Amino acid sequence: MSTVDPAARELSAYRKMEESITISETTEFEGDRELLTLNLGPHHPATHGVLRLLVTLDGEVIRRLQPIYGYLHTGIEKTAEQKSYWKAIPVVERMDYVSYYFNAMAYCGAVETLLEVEIPKRAQYLRVIHMELNRIMSHLVFLGTSALDLGAISVWWYCFRERETLLDLFEMSSGQRMHTRYFQIGGVIEDIPDGWIEQVRKFCAIMPERADIYGDLLNKNEIFLQRQRDVCPLPVEKLREYGVTGPLLRAAGDPWDLRKTMPYSSYEEFDFQIPVGTKGDNYDRFQVRLAEVKESIKIIVQALDNLPDGPTITDDRKIALPPRHELATSMEALIHHFKLVTEGMRVPAGEAYYPIEGARGELGCFVRSDGSSKPARVHMRDPSIVNMQAAPAATEGWLIADMLATVAMFDPIIGGIDR
Amino acid sequence: MPDAATLERLVGALKASDAESVIDTVETPGRVAIEVKPESIVGSLEVLRAAGYEFLASVHGVDYYPNEPRLGVDYELLSREACDRIALTLRVSTEDPHLPSVTPSWPCANNQEREAFDMFGLIFDGHPDLRRILMPEDYEGHPQRRDFPIGGEPVLFTHNEHSVPRWFE
Repeated sequence: MSTVDPAARELSAYRKMEESITISETTEFEGDRELLTLNLGPHHPATHGVLRLLVTLDGEVIRRLQPIYGYLHTGIEKTAEQKSYWKAIPVVERMDYVSYYFNAMAYCGAVETLLEVEIPKRAQYLRVIHMELNRIMSHLVFLGTSALDLGAISVWWYCFRERETLLDLFEMSSGQRMHTRYFQIGGVIEDIPDGWIEQVRKFCAIMPERADIYGDLLNKNEIFLQRQRDVCPLPVEKLREYGVTGPLLRAAGDPWDLRKTMPYSSYEEFDFQIPVGTKGDNYDRFQVRLAEVKESIKIIVQALDNLPDGPTITDDRKIALPPRHELATSMEALIHHFKLVTEGMRVPAGEAYYPIEGARGELGCFVRSDGSSKPARVHMRDPSIVNMQAAPAATEGWLIADMLATVAMFDPIIGGIDR
Repeated sequence: MPDAATLERLVGALKASDAESVIDTVETPGRVAIEVKPESIVGSLEVLRAAGYEFLASVHGVDYYPNEPRLGVDYELLSREACDRIALTLRVSTEDPHLPSVTPSWPCANNQEREAFDMFGLIFDGHPDLRRILMPEDYEGHPQRRDFPIGGEPVLFTHNEHSVPRWFE
């Protein structure tokens, strides 16, 4: 037990400020109307994880919305600095925990830019297939949880049924359901197993129809429509001002998609369209994502049809592990293997910023190398933290129930915001 | 990244608005970064905005320990017409980590500047709401700095919470 008298200790400046607050001082008036400041979260079923919202209300109308972050801060960027380059992939994947393939792609892409390494065509296609499967999975989680926020529980079960199929596919190709560590610096860790392509094709055959069914389920629901149509719209100019990217920007009618405009990982070889909305209200935000699911299926089918043969990871022995059979016969392979596993690869000094189109918008990874085998700085420009800046502008003046629907439609992932 | 002619034109435009602003141009594979003086960052960003780089994608802090000046801030810009990216960087010291905030002219930088303040102790003068964003309000230190120790903080459980007097403060 402590011997220090608790009363004798000096309060920190923050605690002093906190103790000095009284309820009467915080009451706000607007004319003769009293405003109520209400705390929502961090543990609240309608705030998607541990998002905390401070709302100032006039009756039920929102006058001010203030998101408060940090309840899921785990210091992943700091942790990544302590790991060699290839060991940082698993921690980086855990940032935005429903789009792990995108996180790995952004990080690996940044390191590959610094290394100036050529990625084999087959690996690029496998990456595209996995990222698009991940996009569908992420949008299904979005659809299920946001419909759940609006009281439509059955959609959630259907969406998670399809998500389960996707997770089984991930488990088949990499051994893990989530945080698969399938993408490596220089390619992917191993080729897909026999029978995987058939399983993916089976999924691609049923998914467009299923997406239509889910669309119908919600489009013919009067309550859902009333809570979505013309609710909390934001024009393109406002969204651009706040740096919003991804489906939210496309819902307002701006067809900006990095897969089309600045292609990476062979996206220029696929034929697909960019769904856009017209009004930028909640209904468009939902419809754009539903349409994106079908476009992703198109990309996957094309990638499966044209999947090239060849290696799945670069043959640069300074970057990728040598094949297992070489270790028994080649001294050099053994040395490379030993150096890569113990020390890791050395990356030339420099800085790289690698942006990709994640499920929620521009996901950029900044990596600074000082020439050693550990990154000197890893930063993820996560779309969630930037997109949420537009949430106050979208919801002020609307009812609190509309705000909950809008936060659901913004689809922030707190793991990505807090990292 | 812009080609050599475009880069020369951009650097020329930056120098035309403020002759002293450009310190260096760093080209690495796939990226061009123009280092500018901290005082001229707001003006330099406006020059690039006029040149078509209208989207400020990312603002993040970097610690160049042990090099001096230690702290850096990167501004990743995107031109949607040219489908092209360029970065502006600046360096400040840990003794005087002040630099002008770009949030008044680029509202998208708000959260990211707060994060850089939280993690590196960079002070963005003119930011409307410069508070910690990810760490607790009463946290001491800036954890992303390279000399900030790992595991320097005891993890409190119910069995050892009494070992730290008034830990709840």
